[in-house]
Parts: sequence; C-alpha cells; structure tokens
Amino acid sequence: MTSKEPKLFANESSESDSLFKASLPFRYNLDKVFAIVTWAATLSGLIVLGILLIDILIDGFSRLDWSFITSYPSRRAASAGILSPLVGSIWILVVTALIAFPLGVGAGIYLEEYSNDNWFTRLVEINIANLAAVPSIIYGLLGLQVFVRWFQPITNGRSILSGALTLALLILPIIIIGTREALRTVPSSLRQAGFALGATRWQVIREHVFPLALPGILTGTILALSRAIGETAPLIVIGALTFITFLPSISPQGLQSPFTVLPIQIYDWVSRPQVEFHNNAASGIIVLMLLLLVMNATAIFLRNKFQKSR
Amino acid sequence: MKQDPINQPLSGQIKPPYSGYTSSKEAILQAEKVSVFYGSYLAVRDVFLDIETNKITAFIGPSGCGKSTLLRCFNRLNDLILGARVEGSIKFQGENLYDKKFDRKIEEVRRRIGMVFQKPTPFSKSIYENIAFGAKINGYQGDMDELVERSLRQAALWDEVKDKLKQSGLSLSGGQQQRLCIARAIAVQPDVILMDEPCSALDPISTLRIEDLLHELKEQYTIVIVTHNMQQASRVSDMTAFFNVEPTDKGGRMGYLVEYDRTEVIFQSPKEESTREYVSGRFG
Ligand SMILES: Nc1ncnc2c1ncn2[C@@H]1O[C@H](COP(=O)(O)OP(=O)(O)OP(=O)(O)O)[C@@H](O)[C@H]1O
Ligand SMILES: [Mg+2]
Repeated sequence: MTSKEPKLFANESSESDSLFKASLPFRYNLDKVFAIVTWAATLSGLIVLGILLIDILIDGFSRLDWSFITSYPSRRAASAGILSPLVGSIWILVVTALIAFPLGVGAGIYLEEYSNDNWFTRLVEINIANLAAVPSIIYGLLGLQVFVRWFQPITNGRSILSGALTLALLILPIIIIGTREALRTVPSSLRQAGFALGATRWQVIREHVFPLALPGILTGTILALSRAIGETAPLIVIGALTFITFLPSISPQGLQSPFTVLPIQIYDWVSRPQVEFHNNAASGIIVLMLLLLVMNATAIFLRNKFQKSR
Repeated sequence: MKQDPINQPLSGQIKPPYSGYTSSKEAILQAEKVSVFYGSYLAVRDVFLDIETNKITAFIGPSGCGKSTLLRCFNRLNDLILGARVEGSIKFQGENLYDKKFDRKIEEVRRRIGMVFQKPTPFSKSIYENIAFGAKINGYQGDMDELVERSLRQAALWDEVKDKLKQSGLSLSGGQQQRLCIARAIAVQPDVILMDEPCSALDPISTLRIEDLLHELKEQYTIVIVTHNMQQASRVSDMTAFFNVEPTDKGGRMGYLVEYDRTEVIFQSPKEESTREYVSGRFG
C-alpha cells in the first residue's frame, strides 16, 4: 500500500521509509468509524430522553397551571393539585440537608484532615464506600425500625423527621466522599504554609482549606440532595402517605407531622386506572424535574465560580 | 582520597565532628547527631551543625542529599509527614525542640522559626490578609495596619502593592508572591527564617532583589537558605554547609554533611575533595 502512495517529501530515503507503513487512508477511515459509533451512542441516549420529555410535556402541560400547584390532592382528578407533596418534598429536602450537611462535612474533614492512617480509619473508609452502594430500600427498612419505631417518642412515627433522617443516612456517604474529594483538591503546600506560621490544624482548615474546598463541597451536597429528592422506595417503606390535605406547621411540631413527597404522589396517580390521573402524574413529573433543574443549575453555578476563583 | 571519618560506613558511635565544626556560643540552632528517617528509610545521617545568630547559612549539595529534609527539622515541619522520624537533638536557644515539652508548644516554635518555600504559596486571600493571618492566629496585640506596612516594607514590596492591599495575593507576579511570603514570615517576628530554594522559580532580577533583601534581613534575623545556585550561595551567605549523598548497602541513598565552614573557605579552600569538585561544578 505504501509503495503506491506518492512521495510526500523529495528527500525521503527509501531505506527508513520501508520501516514505516503509514497506511493513512485506513487509519483515517477507522477514525471516522469510531466518530460515527460514539456519535450514535450519544444520539440514542438523547433520543430516548427526548421522547420521554416530549411525551410527558404533552400529557402534563394541559394540567399545569397555578391552581395545580396550589391545590391539595383530591379524589377528582380535575381539581387535584400538588401542593402538599411539593411542600412535603421541600420540607424533606431542607431537613435532610440540615442533618446530612454538618454530619457529612464533619466526617469528611475528620477523615481527610485529622485522622491518622490506621486500621480503624481504613475500616471506616471501606464501610463508607460500601454504604454508598447499598440499595435505598435497605435504608428504608433501617429507617422504619430505628426512626419510626424506636425513636417514636421523638419522631412521632411516620413523620417528616423520620423521612428526613432516613434520607440523610442515605446520602451521608455521598456527602462524605464528595467532601473528601473537595478537600483533596486543596494543595498541601497551602497547609504547610499555614502550619509554618504557627497555625493549629483547625486554624489552617478554617482559614485556608475549607474556604477553597467549600464550592466543591456544596456542589457534591446539592447533587446528593437531588438524589434524595427523587427517592421513593425508602419513603414508601417508612410509610409516607399519599393523601395529605394539610400543610405541616412551620415550627418544630411540623417535623412530627405526616407527609407525602412528589415521587410518591406521582406513583400514586400513575397507578390509578383513570387517564386524567395519568395526566396529573405527568404534570407532577414536570414540577419535580423543574425542582431538580434548579438544584443542578445551582451546582453548576457553584462549580463555575469555584473554577474561576482558582 | 576519602580518609575522613564521616565517609566511612556507619559504626554506631558518635562521629568526631567534621572539619570546620565550631561549637560557637552564638549558635541559635544546634543540630546534634541528627538523623532523619522516612519509615525505615534513612534519609540523612548524623548531622552536627551550629547555625549562628544573625548570619546567613547556605545549605548546598546534590539533589536528594536531604537539605530540605534537614531544614524541615528546624521547625518540626517533618511532624506532618507520615512516618517521618527525627533522631538526635536540635537545640533552639539551648532547648531541645524534640523534647516532649515542645509537643504542645510547637505552634509557638514555628512562629519563632519561620519558613519560606520553594514555590510561592500565597493564601487565596487579600494581600493584607496574607500578612495579617500569621499575626492574628498568634494573638498579635499591636496595630495591625502598621505591622502589615512594616512587614511589606521590610520585604521590599510595599511600594508595589500599597495601593492594592485588598487584591488577592494570587494576583501578584511570581517574584512579588515570593516577597509576599517573606513579608508574611517576617510579620510574626521570628528569630530564624528558613528558606528552601526561595529563588528557584524566579527570574534573575527578582532573584537579585531577594538576595539584596536577605542582606538587609540578616541584621535582625538568622537565615538558613537552601540553594542549588553556587553564585547565590557565595554571594549571600556567611557560612556554607555542603551535603553529599552516598549509596547504602541496602540500596538506599543517604545524605550526610561533608563540610561546614565560612563561605570563603568552602568556595576557595575547602578541606574535602568532594566539596571542591561540587563548588567548582565538576561533580559527577
Ligand atoms: N515526604 C517524604 N517521604 C519519603 N521520602 C522522602 C520524603 N521527602 C524526601 N524524601 C527522601 O529523602 C531524601 C532527601 O530528600 P530531600 O527532599 O531532603 O532532598 P534535597 O536535598 O532537598 O533535594 P533537592 O535538592 O532535590 O530539593 C530523598 O531520597 C527523598 O526521596
Ligand atoms: Mg529540596
């Protein structure tokens, strides 16, 4: 093949030339094939996603108006709304964040900055990595026994607090791992410089390490919370209801009230026979997706801010 | 050729001091039989070295001979390295830094023995905060604005940054960043400043500025500087310590102090052949 290619350079010595077989046309073709294969892979994912979105938008758009957002669920599909599940989701989200953020970030800081490398920390590390992979329904079962039953006097059983505690446990490993990764991106020369000035470990972390790692930590936390907000299985296990026609009071007592969340309401509507309820479900999905979109946009915003400040 | 005792294999007893060893009364830091291990790896062996007050001491030697390692012993920064262990004693103003009683006073030791690193490491805070940080954490009671200005003036940086103290320290040029780090080290009013190749990332002009600076700083501080630049060592330092590295029977490489003397002696009439070869650039 090479012998047929025209000479590219006048002084090509035929001796070293015979050692290299360029076969450029073949390599270019192979390149093209792989470009097409990867493009097709991307496209098929996008098509499925697109069909899904369009289908939901068609079904759900008709029902999506302000009254859908401000009405309680109802037996009549036309007047049923999403208010209590939406508020429930936001409650769960906030309480979960309040529990999981300090615990996860604290544990991450301890493991990354304070702990020595001994058998205990290695054991903890392995466990955290494994916990991140445990199916969410297992967390639901744990939450049912521990938070709903044992902690009944505090949580009042099947309440927002039980749900939030369960979801906090679920995303704790993700936050810990995310925190550690964010801390690891802070160069150790900065820590050394701090110590060399006579700073204690906590002063170095608070003043230099944590501020630099914070956007990364927040990004990880928000992505973990996005996972929590879409979780259905563990909340079904701990007994979230599907028909709630009141809002929890904004007070510590609110924590103890029964609740429902968007994915559970959607699941409930989908499983009914009437088509009208299916359309309600589609509208609910749109609301849930908008909520997720806002959260992910926040995460991207924080990450960009982070990269700029470096 | 190599008849000096320090080049013989380790025999376990305390070595007689190397040539040029002085046990001066004015020594602010005294290393006595210091060996440093990383795990089981012996990086530096049996160093005896007196750092004299208000002098500039240069550490020179081939890569890997343990200059940085020894330097980090003087402010116990090796404590942060997992598995690092220091044997022997380092006396600071007569007191052994590796004594148990310093374990919970190490921050105070590090305030009094400052350090400047090879790569400029400004904190991602404002120029002002970069200087004020050390003073704040060490409980400085005086006027902060005045301290910041004085430190920046001493580091010959004030005129360049006085109008932009609020800007990030990272916005400065490499040479300016390094002077910021020196200013930061000065701000906590140390007795000693350790510098690990402070000019190796800088252009010749910034380097000369820092060398001039060192001459001024030596009035107030004791300076130990690691450098690979022979001209720099001969230009700035009063004393020079030459380290070398030799293979061990276990296949590792071990650093040791070959010769320590006044800089003129090291560069013009060293007692050891290997020193002569190294400072004249004929070193294998
Ligand atoms: N953190 C560490 N962990 C393990 N070994 C180390 C560590 N730091 C240094 N060493 C080893 O100790 C020896 C001395 O290293 P050191 O950095 O002190 O040399 P140096 O004289 O400063 O070299 P250079 O001139 O290249 O900076 C080397 O063999 C190195 O591999
Ligand atoms: Mg070094």
